[in-house]
Formats: sequence, C-alpha cells, structure tokens
Amino acid sequence: MPAVATLPAWLQRSLIRWGVHPDDHKRPVADLPVERLPLPSRLFLPLQQHVGAPARPVVKIGDHVLKGQLLAESAANISAPVHASTSGRIVDITTYPAPHPSGLEQPVMVLEPDGKDRWIDTAPPADPFALPPTEVGRMVSAAGVVGMGGATFPSAVKLALGLRVQVEILIVNGGECEPYLSCDDRLMRDHAAGVVDGIRLALHAIGAQEARVGIENNKPEAIAAMQQAAAPFPEVRIMPVPAQYPMGSDKQLIQVLTGREVPFDGRAADAGVLVHNVGTCHAIHQAVRLGRPLVERLVTVSGGAVRRPRNVVAPIGATAQALFDYCDGLASAPARVIMGGPMMGNPLATTASPVIKGTSGLLALTQEEVGEGERAGPCIRCASCVSVCPMNLLPLEMAAHIRSDDPDGAFQLGLNDCIGCGCCSYVCPSAIPLSHYFSYAKGALAANERAKLKSESIKKLTTARLERQEREAREKAEAAARRKAEREAAKARAAAQANAATAKAATADVNA
Amino acid sequence: MTEFLLLLISTAVVNNVILVKFLGLCPFLGVSKKIDAAIGMGLATTFVLTLASVATWMLDHWLLVPLDLGYLRIVGFIVVIAAAVQFVEMAIKKSSPQLYQVLGIYLPLITTNCAVLGVALLNVQNGADFLHATLYGFGSATGFTLVLILFAGIRERLALAAVPKAFAGAPISLITAGLLSLAFMGFSGLNLT
Amino acid sequence: MLAAVASLTVLGAALGLGLGIAARRFHVEPEEIVAELEALLPGSQCGQCGYPGCAGAAQALADGKAPVTLCPPGGKGVAQALAEKLGVSADLSALGESVPMLASVREELCIGCTKCFKACPTDAIHGAVKQIHAVLKEACTGCAKCVDSCPTEAVGLVPVPATLTTWTWHKPGHA
Repeated sequence: MPAVATLPAWLQRSLIRWGVHPDDHKRPVADLPVERLPLPSRLFLPLQQHVGAPARPVVKIGDHVLKGQLLAESAANISAPVHASTSGRIVDITTYPAPHPSGLEQPVMVLEPDGKDRWIDTAPPADPFALPPTEVGRMVSAAGVVGMGGATFPSAVKLALGLRVQVEILIVNGGECEPYLSCDDRLMRDHAAGVVDGIRLALHAIGAQEARVGIENNKPEAIAAMQQAAAPFPEVRIMPVPAQYPMGSDKQLIQVLTGREVPFDGRAADAGVLVHNVGTCHAIHQAVRLGRPLVERLVTVSGGAVRRPRNVVAPIGATAQALFDYCDGLASAPARVIMGGPMMGNPLATTASPVIKGTSGLLALTQEEVGEGERAGPCIRCASCVSVCPMNLLPLEMAAHIRSDDPDGAFQLGLNDCIGCGCCSYVCPSAIPLSHYFSYAKGALAANERAKLKSESIKKLTTARLERQEREAREKAEAAARRKAEREAAKARAAAQANAATAKAATADVNA
Repeated sequence: MTEFLLLLISTAVVNNVILVKFLGLCPFLGVSKKIDAAIGMGLATTFVLTLASVATWMLDHWLLVPLDLGYLRIVGFIVVIAAAVQFVEMAIKKSSPQLYQVLGIYLPLITTNCAVLGVALLNVQNGADFLHATLYGFGSATGFTLVLILFAGIRERLALAAVPKAFAGAPISLITAGLLSLAFMGFSGLNLT
Repeated sequence: MLAAVASLTVLGAALGLGLGIAARRFHVEPEEIVAELEALLPGSQCGQCGYPGCAGAAQALADGKAPVTLCPPGGKGVAQALAEKLGVSADLSALGESVPMLASVREELCIGCTKCFKACPTDAIHGAVKQIHAVLKEACTGCAKCVDSCPTEAVGLVPVPATLTTWTWHKPGHA
C-alpha cells in the first residue's frame, strides 16, 4: 500500500476505502478569534488526568502556590505530574466528579486563585538542540505533557520509547477529523511557529530525521500557516490529507502518511513511527523553550445549545460549566454534554466536571443534533458498517455475538482492534448502537481479566496462609517436644542425683 | 465402480438418513449447537455405523440365518452395536478427552441411535451383500455427518439472530429442520442414470 | 432354544472379553481432572459453595454434581475457566444477578477482638488486639466467613463500589 498522502490529491480520496464523511460543523467557530477564559473562582485539578498511575501530591492544604508550581509528582513509570494552573491557595484535597460518563468522583486538588496569576521563575535552556535527547525528554516529563488529542498518554514516555526503538518518522497529527472541534485548527493558524518548533524538539528527543504533519484539507488556512512556518525546516513536511473521518486516528493517519500498517496488538513504534498531536507539540515547545508546564489548553466550546460558541483558552481545572457560562450559557437544555468530539468523546454526567489536559472540546448538543429517539431496529445485514470500518472488522457480526452474551466470540472477531471511532453506529440504517456494544464488551472483557488476576493473587495469599499455619503448628510442636525433652532430662538428672545420694547413704551404712 | 458411487450418493443425499428417513433425530437436535461438537459426533457415528453395518452383517449371515434365529435379530444387533459404541467411547476418552467432554451423554446414546440400528435392519431387509452393506452403512453415516454439520452451522447463526421470543430455542430449530428436510426432498428428483 | 441361548452367551462372552481387553488398553487416570479443577478455584476454602473446601468442590464438579457457577468469590472468570475445562457451556446469567461483595468493618462497633482476621482465609483483614480492624479490598473475596465470626456484628458485606477503573458501560438496551 503506497502512502496515499504522497499521491496527487484527486487520487487520494478514491484510495481511502474506509470512514465516513459527517457534516463537520467546524465553522464559523474555527474562523473566530480565540478568547481567554477569565480566572474562575475555583479550579479542580484531578490527580489523574493521564493514562497510568495517579500523581502523588507534594503540597499541603493551605499552601500558597505559584502558577506552574508542581502540585503532584509523577508516581510511576507511566504517570505525569500536575502543576498549578494559576497562583493561589490550595484550599482542599478531596474527591470531585470526574470528566467521565459515570460521573464517579476522583481525587482532586482544589485551587483558589489569588487573581495575580504569577508564574514561577523559569530558567529555560538557551539552546535546547545542544542538549542530549534524554534531557529534552526529561523536561517534557517534568512539564507534565500528555497526549492532548484526548488519549492523554504521557508524552515523555512515548519520546523515550521512540528514542529506544529508533523510530524513523515522527507523525504529527493535525487531522482533527471530529466534527465541531477546531482547537487544533486554531492552534496551527495562530501558533504555527510554536508548533513547528515543538515538532523539531520532538524530532531531536527521539533522534528521528523526518516529521510528517498530516492536516485534513478542510483546513486550508492552517495548512498555509504551517507550510509557511515549516518552510525553513526541510525535515518537517506538511502533508494535506483528504478530510475523511477518522483520519485523526493514529493507525489511519500512519497508513495514509507512510503506507505502513500498525500490526495487530502492536503500537505505532512497531511500524517505525511515533505519533504526536499538534497540541502536544505546542506543549513540548512551551515546556522546553519557556520552561512552562502544561497548565492551560485550547478548548472548543460548541454545539447547537451554546449561545456564543468559540475556542477558549482555559486553565486546567476550570469546570465545564464555567466555560459554558463564559460563552453566554446554554440557549436550551442540551440533550447531551460531551467532552471531546461528538464521535468519540465521552458524555459528561455533570457540567461540574473540570477541563483536563486531554479536553479538546466541550459540546452541548441539542436533541436534533444527537438524533436519538429513533429506536434501534433489527439488523438488515446491509454491511454498511463493514464497508466503513477503518480497521476492516465485521461490526455486525461482533455486535450479534455481544448481544447474545458472547463477548469472547466478538474478541475472536477482532474486538480489540476496534478503535471505537463510531463510524459503524453513524452509518447504521437501523440505528443500532454498534460502538456502544463494543464499549460494553471491552469493559466486560476487562472486568473478566481483572477478576482472573484477583483470583490468582488470592490463591497466592491462601497458599501463603496455609504454609504459615503449617509452619506455626510445626514450630509449636517442636517447641513442645523440646520442652518435654528438657523436662525429662531434668527429671533424669534429679533421679540420678537421688540414686547417687541413696548409694552414698548405703555405702555409709555399710561402713557404719 | 459407478454403482458404488451412485450407492454412496443415494444413501448420503437422496435417501438421507435424517432428513428423508427421519432416523437419528436425537443427536441431530442434541449435538448440533456447535460445529465442533457436530463434527466430532459425525465422525464417531460414521465409525460406529460403518463398524456396526459390518458386524451386524456378519452376525446375521454367519450366526442368525444359519441357526434360523431371525427372531433374535434386534437383540443381537443391539448387543453388537452397544459393544462397538463402548469401544469407540473408550478410544475417544483415551485419544481426545476434549471431544469426550464435548460429546458427553450423546456418545453412549449412539447405542440407541435409531439410525444405527435402522441401517443395520434395512441392510437385512434389502438383502445386501457384504460390500453393499458396508457401503450402505458408510454412505448413511456420511449423510448423517453432512446434515449434522449443516444444521449446526445454521444453529450457530440462529443463536446470534433476534428470534421472536415465542420461537426462540427449540421451536425455531425444529422449523429449520423442517425446511432443511423439504430442501433434501428435492434430491429425490435427481436422475442418477 | 439351546442354540439361541448358547449363541447369545458366546456372543456376549466374546464381546465382553474384547471390551475388557480394550478397557485395559485405553485406560486413563480419571483423577487428573479433579486436581486441574482445584487449581482453577480460588483455593480460599471458604465453603460458600456448600462443599468442604475447594478440593470438595473440585470433586463435585468432576462428578458433574455441581454447576460451574458454584463459586461466588470466583465470579464469572472462574466459572468460565471451569466451563472451558469441563467442556460444558456455562449459564452465566445466574451469576449476573449476584453482585460481588466485600467485607466492611463498622468502626463504631469493632472491639478489636481479632476473631475475624483469624477466620479470614485470604488474610484480607488487618488489625491487632484492641485495634479497629480494616479490610484490604484487593484481597477480600466476599466469602462472609468473617461476618459469622464477629461477636458484635461489626463486620458486614457491602457491594464492591464502582471506581473509574472498574466502571464499564452497560449493555445496550439493558439500561
């Protein structure tokens, strides 16, 4: 398979045999200037905003912190630190509704801004390209940079992996294929130089020679801005790609830009590439050039229910409600509030949930936009889902297995390859919630796996307990035997003495 | 040679033991939920049926007919078939414990599989010679296996289908079996000459 | 008459002999399966299944006297593993209804008598004499042995709380 992106534009579209083309709803929000959210009265900073172990707090309640100060440190190999989004006081460390469909609570630090927004002192290196690659990685890690496209995987871990396995190409994801979202578009238009610098820093950190930036061709302004910014740097190639959902999924973008395929159960690195989002590259630029950790991000606030939709720069920890309020509130009660894009984002249980590092958008969608209310009909086996699946799976068959309580059957059909893009649900003429089935089955399989692990660890505990009990019983018996032996020895000694005494007495008797 | 080929086709397909003669319906409905189990059952039945055809022919021609004990035919056949099944059961248990578990109760039930006894009795009724009897047994068993696997394949798909509640389970299976039987009736129009 | 009796006797004897030889030739150790089944069970000997310990449960499973869903602490995972080993199809719907439970100590009632953690088959309860005891969630199987041992009814079972890592989507159409 050739790299589609290197072919003439008129050929590209016909060579992509997957995906859907939803109405993108990106304009006019994408063309409006970015605004900055005024500091809210409270910020809720979750200790886990990333894939991996939650961060460990290093400040106490009542401490005064500066903007960018470390609040919680990375707690494991795969983890990321959390920094203060502004200067102020830590008023509480508690639990708070997570930006998650369940609405369950998670540990957060509550920061009360003092309004001064004072940065910590930073000492960025004069020439980061003179530093060893690992040092750049360390700075990225210390800045708490995670994948900003929504995956929230700690970026430094990826950079270290890229350096270790010596990937050849850095793929920069500027696809932004989700409808409504335009934060990456805006970032590339307004901060193209910063993004390109971040790309070059990432290249330096992994020791790769070439970066390919995939940008969907529905963003001509962003492409132009990026091409201009990248002109002096031949190693950064800007490659327009057809606008086709899910172009922004890493596996699909890798294939279109390089012609390589990520193997089953493998990672991008197995195909010799590494993927970073444009937002992440900009965060790397900020971390290395300015010494500033990731404390704010660009969020698209949009959806039919929002009065004044636009792109907003929000501090990490601002609530979704604060962003909606800034955009003049909601015109009508939304049918669904989504964090992320409408295809792959998570519905929020409450708008009290905070913006985190991976929040690309906050959408308040009306009933009309959600389009629900139609009940799922029977599968007519039209195979529309098969023809759009970007992973070449059989969604209808997998869903049939899951419906009849056989998630293992779906697993056999490649459920783990499903990227959850939702193309199948989107095209289904019977409105079958296919990707919901797959989310459910993935959860069920993961729960089974956890149960298996637990029962194994419990088996270990039980055997250890039995061994301990046996040992204790044995030791008790041995101690008892020893005491008995001692008692008997003492008795024997006493008897011998008595005997000797009698004998002596007898001799004395005889003598007398 | 052609005659033997025709015999095989006519026993396996045209006069299919399950769908045309309606013999052996117990395993047909019992062991057709999974293709794996159906293949195992089919192979075990093929072995038993062929062996039983040979053994019962020998029993009939060398013992029952010479001694004029025709009235003991059913008893004698059952004893021979039971012994053959026992043997197969032990062999499977040793060689493939998994298949043994899958077949479960249905393995001993081959003993009372009316297809086995039926084919043996039909052999006698038809006055078949040794070679014909063997082929007749083998052909019938092939037909049995074929239909069992076909049906299991359909049922694996049925298990995933949204069957109306009133028809779910056994009813839809029986309806399917009926349709399958109708389809096989079509082979009776086959002109084999 | 004589011919009939004699011929059937000879036939039966001959077949019997043949089967006897075959039985010897194809002999398999029947007990392997019990040990294999016991290895699949949690091994906490909690007795919730109604059999004396996991060995007894394994024996009952091997004899086909108990369903594969007999082990409440093992949950779906163990039931599926058992079903696979035995080659039967598991009816897991019965398990779906019983939610997994965890022991929990009501601190205001606990007198620190240590009886519960002596009873715990997985060492999931922590504490010392006259200290309030606590339950380790990761090690607790919800076997309820501690509940019976507590003199002040301070130990009870609560459903395992959902967390962000264990939360899963519900099945479509089964809200």
